[in-house]
Amino acid sequence: MNFWEYLGSRYQQVLVDTYQHASVVFQCMVIATVLGVAIGVLTYRRQWAGNLAITTTASILTIPSLALIGLLIPLVGLGVAPTVLALVLYGLLPVVRNAVVGLRGVDPALVDAAKGIGMSRTARLFKVELPLAWPPILTGIRVATQMLMGIAAIAAFASGPGLGNLIFRGISSLGSANALNQVLAGTLGIVILALLFDAAYVLIGRLTISRGIRA
Amino acid sequence: MPDHDQPGTAESRPTETGPSGATEAPHGDAAATSVTGATIRLENLTKHYPGAPLPAVDGVTMDINAGELVVLVGPSGCGKSTCLRMINRLIEPTSGRISIDGEDVTDIDPVGLRRKIGYAIQASGLFPHMTVAENIAQVPRMVGWSKKKVKNRVEEMLDLVGLDPREFHSRYPRQLSGGQQQRVGVARALAADPPVLLMDEPFGAVDPITRDHLQDELIRLQRELHKTIVFVTHDFDEAIKLGDRIAVLREQSHIAQFDTPEAILTNPADDFVSGFVGAGAALKRLNLTRVRDVEIADFDTVRVDDPLQDIFDKLRSGDANELLLLDQQNRPYKWLRRGDLSRVKGSLARAGTLIHDHVTRDATLRDALEAVLTDSSGRVAVTGRRGEYIGVVDMETLLNSVHEMLEADRLAAMEHRHSLEADRARRTRAAQEGTFTTSGEAS
Ligand SMILES: Nc1ncnc2c1ncn2[C@@H]1O[C@H](COP(=O)(O)OP(=O)(O)O)[C@@H](O)[C@H]1O
Ligand SMILES: [Mg+2]
Repeated sequence: MNFWEYLGSRYQQVLVDTYQHASVVFQCMVIATVLGVAIGVLTYRRQWAGNLAITTTASILTIPSLALIGLLIPLVGLGVAPTVLALVLYGLLPVVRNAVVGLRGVDPALVDAAKGIGMSRTARLFKVELPLAWPPILTGIRVATQMLMGIAAIAAFASGPGLGNLIFRGISSLGSANALNQVLAGTLGIVILALLFDAAYVLIGRLTISRGIRA
Repeated sequence: MPDHDQPGTAESRPTETGPSGATEAPHGDAAATSVTGATIRLENLTKHYPGAPLPAVDGVTMDINAGELVVLVGPSGCGKSTCLRMINRLIEPTSGRISIDGEDVTDIDPVGLRRKIGYAIQASGLFPHMTVAENIAQVPRMVGWSKKKVKNRVEEMLDLVGLDPREFHSRYPRQLSGGQQQRVGVARALAADPPVLLMDEPFGAVDPITRDHLQDELIRLQRELHKTIVFVTHDFDEAIKLGDRIAVLREQSHIAQFDTPEAILTNPADDFVSGFVGAGAALKRLNLTRVRDVEIADFDTVRVDDPLQDIFDKLRSGDANELLLLDQQNRPYKWLRRGDLSRVKGSLARAGTLIHDHVTRDATLRDALEAVLTDSSGRVAVTGRRGEYIGVVDMETLLNSVHEMLEADRLAAMEHRHSLEADRARRTRAAQEGTFTTSGEAS
């Protein structure tokens, strides 16, 4: 069976895996974004706190993904839980780092002006600081998403959802008829998803970054 | 009577009351129009930054009248910004009190306070991700104006600062020149109609010509609005041009002299102030008087769309051998002299001398003099807000006005010195007689 014949016969399974892969990455990114921006907002004002947040999230990233998922299984069991937890943890670093750097990079004169015209701390954050820091934050989200696309494949190791299942099945039955096709379908699916997500981010950038600060 | 002088600092401010008396309003013409500003009172205001050996601002006491434009001027680092930023509590004073319109605001919620105080800073501080309209709408929205009212207000403010609402409404700050940004900055500061406006070197970052225009605009605005404005600059000429009163600050914001520009120019309190005033006080005096204060003469005019024959007749028959040619919008266009007639061959295109420079009624006499000196006709056309012709000012008028002004200043300064001496003599006498009265101490 060549690759196209394989796809033709198994496309339903491949589509389901692709959808689940996209879905888990998307949902984890939403959580990572909310958490990451929140951590950034809470820490950027203090030198030590911001640096601590960046260093901590950076060191999470140095744990091999297989090991992290493996370590999570005894804590949260198999399936979706360790997958989501691992992906969110990995997704944090780019978001936190860019949020801290972005928020610190806002021109102090603008923050002063915002204060001076009577904006409260919250208004300043939501109307001035976050919109101005949004382009780098969005870049962070984009980088994190690319990363999670690949890492999500490892989740199959913990019986998680996604295209990793195809790859793992293929690898474990290497030599059998469809092994290579399975690995190929899983990998291609991830690459295509990554490209689609990237295109989506370009669009989101267009829609959410003010024309006044767009490069 | 409020004692706004500490005995210790009285000596450094001998001209506090000014030649025209203590109680008089700073504008001669302010009485007729309504004053929307509020009084500001700084009492012994001090800011000591942690870690600094000396306070940045040390015990400033100052009374600012409603509707007055007070300029804080002094060398860089003397604490002007710190002083200003304590008024809207961007910086919390270490000690001392601030009251606005009699209300002590030293301890009230700073966010609410700032919405009632306009704030304009160098390089405009416009939010780059918001359009011009959104920038201006910020404060009105925060204080809860209706959408409709905010929208109208934005248009009104753009108009007020001389920007066409249709053209500029939806532009972003980066699509504006430095001068336009600064105008929007002022519009934003004034949008919610605050009684007080604080400006920290607002025109510091624009080129000299634009700065000059912006200063003229501010003067015009202030004539219309009568806000209480505290304006910080390190440029003494700017202070002279804008201030109803000027506080010359030395290090730690110690007030060297707080008085009208005229008084400071003609009667500087000490060497520090003299040094700051610099050379050319008489020339600087020209900055204190506006074209509207001198006699604007009529001049014979014709319009480009007048029949050529009429223009010829007027030039030949009139007693003046010069005419001012206006364009279709009634703006000064050319000087036409009798000698030019020969060059007119069916069209005015080649005849006459183009007018490059004209002044508004708010321009200073210095600008007018500059224009007169550079214009071949020896006079300058005065124009209205949209550039339309109003009249002319010539060299003779300027010279006479300046002489009169300087003479009046000298008299005022002399009178002032006499009254100071008389006062001192009376005080000495009182002290000798051992009847030191409280009023004597306070003055
Ligand atoms: N936030 C601050 N922390 C510590 N020192 C400051 C701060 N702001 C200003 N200063 C110091 O206070 C003095 C007055 O500063 P400033 O008010 O900005 O002066 P000016 O506006 O007259 O140039 C300067 O010596 C400056 O270094
Ligand atoms: Mg300053």
